[in-house]
Amino acid sequence: MKNNKLKNTGVERVDWITVIVYLFFVVFGWMNIYSAAYDHAHPNIFDFSQEYGKQFIWIIVSFLIAILTLYVEGDFFNKFSIYIYGFFTLLLVLVLIVGKEVNGAKAWFGVGDFGIQPSEFSKIGVGLLLAKYIASSGAKFKTWKTRLVAAAIIGFPAGLILLQPDVGSVLTFVAFILVMYREGLSGNVLILGLGAIVFGVLSIVSGAGSINFPFVGEQSGVWLLILIVLLLGIIWWLYVRNFIVPRNRKPLYWIIATFVLASSLFSFSVSYIVDNVLEQHHKERIYVMLSLPVEREGADYNSEMAKITVGSGGFLGRGYLEGPMTQNNYVPEQWTDFIFSAVAEEWGFWGGTLIIGLFVFLIIRLINMAERQRSQFSRVYGYCVACIFFMHLLINVGMVIGLAPIIGIPLPFFSYGGSSLMGFTLLLFIMLRLDAERLSIFR
Amino acid sequence: MNLEGRRFTLILIVSIIGIIYMLRLLSLQVTTDKWQNKASALAEKEVIIYPSRGLIYDRKGRVLVTNQTVYDLMVLPRQVDPFDTSAFCQLVNLSIEELRTLLKKAVTYPNVRYKPSPIIKQITPPEYAAISEQLYKYPGFFGQPRTLRVYPQQIGALMLGDVGEVTKETIEDNPYYRRGDYIGLGGIEKAYEVELRGKRGVKYVFRDNLGIERNVAGGKLDSSAVEGTQLIATIDAELQRYGEKLMQNKRGCIVAIEPSTGEILALVSAPTYDPNLLVGRARGHNFNVLSRDVQKPLFNRATQAQYRPGSIFKLAQSLTALQVGAITPQTRIQCNRAIIGCHGSHSYDDLEMAIVHSCNPYFRGVMQRVVEGDRDKTNRFRDARLGLDIWQNYMKGFGFGTNLGTDIPNVKTGLVPGVAFYDKWYGEYQWAFSTIYSLSIGEGEMQVTPLQMCNLACIIANRGWYVSPHTVRQIGLGGRPRDEYLIRHQLPIDTSYFTNVVNAMEKVVGPGGTGGRAKLKNITVCGKTGTVQNEPREDHAVFICFAPKENPKIALSVYVENAGFGGTWSAPIASLMIEKFLNDSIADPAKEKRILDANFLHQ
Ligand SMILES: [Zn+2]
Repeated sequence: MKNNKLKNTGVERVDWITVIVYLFFVVFGWMNIYSAAYDHAHPNIFDFSQEYGKQFIWIIVSFLIAILTLYVEGDFFNKFSIYIYGFFTLLLVLVLIVGKEVNGAKAWFGVGDFGIQPSEFSKIGVGLLLAKYIASSGAKFKTWKTRLVAAAIIGFPAGLILLQPDVGSVLTFVAFILVMYREGLSGNVLILGLGAIVFGVLSIVSGAGSINFPFVGEQSGVWLLILIVLLLGIIWWLYVRNFIVPRNRKPLYWIIATFVLASSLFSFSVSYIVDNVLEQHHKERIYVMLSLPVEREGADYNSEMAKITVGSGGFLGRGYLEGPMTQNNYVPEQWTDFIFSAVAEEWGFWGGTLIIGLFVFLIIRLINMAERQRSQFSRVYGYCVACIFFMHLLINVGMVIGLAPIIGIPLPFFSYGGSSLMGFTLLLFIMLRLDAERLSIFR
Repeated sequence: MNLEGRRFTLILIVSIIGIIYMLRLLSLQVTTDKWQNKASALAEKEVIIYPSRGLIYDRKGRVLVTNQTVYDLMVLPRQVDPFDTSAFCQLVNLSIEELRTLLKKAVTYPNVRYKPSPIIKQITPPEYAAISEQLYKYPGFFGQPRTLRVYPQQIGALMLGDVGEVTKETIEDNPYYRRGDYIGLGGIEKAYEVELRGKRGVKYVFRDNLGIERNVAGGKLDSSAVEGTQLIATIDAELQRYGEKLMQNKRGCIVAIEPSTGEILALVSAPTYDPNLLVGRARGHNFNVLSRDVQKPLFNRATQAQYRPGSIFKLAQSLTALQVGAITPQTRIQCNRAIIGCHGSHSYDDLEMAIVHSCNPYFRGVMQRVVEGDRDKTNRFRDARLGLDIWQNYMKGFGFGTNLGTDIPNVKTGLVPGVAFYDKWYGEYQWAFSTIYSLSIGEGEMQVTPLQMCNLACIIANRGWYVSPHTVRQIGLGGRPRDEYLIRHQLPIDTSYFTNVVNAMEKVVGPGGTGGRAKLKNITVCGKTGTVQNEPREDHAVFICFAPKENPKIALSVYVENAGFGGTWSAPIASLMIEKFLNDSIADPAKEKRILDANFLHQ
């Protein structure tokens, strides 16, 4: 038995294709950081005073983490998930107390020149604990209790991150809802979510303008949206009254009433929140994404520069180290969240498409990898990894190409930063380790 | 419920997002060049290579206008790093406040955050040498060489013209020009702007990661600068200088033209100024001073002042009358001083003597014959309309009321009143010869410029034709003038009729003539004096002439404002100019001294 286990958990069973994609991302990402952060006074890529030099250290550390992780028994992550979760959550508490404030958020532990961002690690803890909970309870999220427990596991660290405040990182926690969907959470969640996004966008767009209504004069455009919803409700009601058999009518009337009331209330509150609750710069970012007019000049600077930089690449790209926009640092701190714009400028459409394609490939491979797991723990965790990558791809690349608001989260393996690189490496390699020993695990 | 199937929902979502993002990349990068263009506008620097402006020489090869390199200190705001402002201010000799204002202007000027804009203009080479040594410490600042005009002869300010920065209106009208470009604003600089400016070159570069400026797209978009064309002007620098000297302390002008070619030998407008005043950083200040000067030095009297023609006009009247057959050279008319005043002792002159005596009743009679003819004695009003039309056409033939086709910018055309003019003034059929007879002696509504009067002298010198007066004889060294200056404009007047007029002009300068002071030994000068009434102030003294009588080499018109009788002041100036041009020496220093000492500025 012991002999058998050793044989089945060998590192040689690691999914090498994923490892190769990982290595490519890390090395290619590093090359692009070098290009984006290039300082001609420090041309050496190993110059540790520069971002690319530091990233090299993070890469070495990440490789060590990856190798070590591959040699830890998968069972460890299952058994100790609560402690890992607890440890990372504790860090989130600590960072609020002793953390260093950078750009208005208390998100960093400062260690000299280097900083650690615990929010990048907490997703691993959440993923492991969520997997453990689902696997051990067999939860299918049919009951309020299971939903609440899962919500607590996700919500506690998310709430701590929101206190920093770091809205971007919190948004990536939406990944876990996708995971829960796979494990049984009603699909209505996705439809509701999609509906909320559509209605939210409509409310913001209509709320940005004002319309001259008869009798009441100039009013926020949101009222027009609510008027349309009301009209839809009336048409629907007329349809039901005339074409549906009477005994089926009653529940439908309730649905219509709920739809009209809920969507009106939702539109109104979205518009209210955007106008009165959100801080000015958040409102501006949303407006910029939706191409709505922004009052303050320069509010759309980052978004505009990112789009120009991407567009500058053309089909074939300007060539490595030759992107005029990248080399002139038009996008501020391009080596962090906006690194994809450097890739797209210097490597062009084919380069950008390759990276997006490889991410999609990696995510689908992880989903398939998750599905082939014998243990539910491994499967759920696998989905967590896939969905976290997906959320980062969705938000980060969307932001660079102007399809999502400016939300500062890193592009996995590409963006400069030790915490994110180490965090994503650990996240991925735990899954690779679990996958490597899947044959030895019996349900 | 088949939960395993849900994996495909998730895979589908991921794939759809992937495809949407790729399509978005396609739309940003491939299907439009909107974003590429924006990137070029931002990141690529357009380095303009200014060609040096063409030099201008005089007809004998002396340099009239040359160039001097100066430097504009430019700033590219986005490349500026925090720097030691006090050291910088000391270096460029500015106060910190001034620097702050200039930098702020450079940043806030629309769309220049990404384009270099000048903060200090026209730094002289020695000043710039000191600055450039230190400039490496201040990224974002650099020197842009520019050329300024220099006028080594210090003469011919209005004729040569000046150069200044283009105005916003010019940029809007003419897409060649950009903010900060120089353009010719007057004289030859303006008339030959396209030839002189050359062609601006442009180089597109961006700073690569080694800090080296590299060509965008391998230099395929670049264009090289073409140097401005050199010009040979028609003027004789020494004659021009001499004319300016003779006209010192006077208001007025001298126009000298070579009759056979229409080349302007000198174009003096007095008072004049050193053209170097309107160059460089002092330009703005000096321009204000000159434009406020009561003597109006910026007003080109030779081409823009419009005077009544005075007695000299009798020459054109004579030729017209001979051609239309109103008179013959032998026609005598009584000097009837009851109708119009006259002077001197004569009573019944023929044409030649009437010109010599400038007999007013004679020319009143001449014009009456021209205008009324013998068409219809019953209706003087209709006669006058027909006659004046004929007369006006002849006057236009002499170049009056036209710009003469000259290359000098902003010339005035003067006025030859015709039927339309008097109809408007008096009403149709409300005027007859008796209403307009003062035209006959060069008074009344007619207006001419000194350039036109000199051209009249050329026509008589050539016995019937002229070439449009022009200021450039070679475009490019060894080149030709503009095509229109190779054409002779022939007047519809028989050459034989000029003989009497020329003879009369010779007598004007001869013993007892009104232009006696223009007489020269060994050179036969033909001239005509004139006085332009200028109530209530002193008359303007006018003289036109050409010399020598046969095969004339120079024709002149000389105006001295408020100097009185033309023969007293303008005739000797003309003769000194002829002497200077033909002999290069002055035989009678007393004559010269008398002119140099005269001062009519405060008449
Ligand atoms: Zn008389």
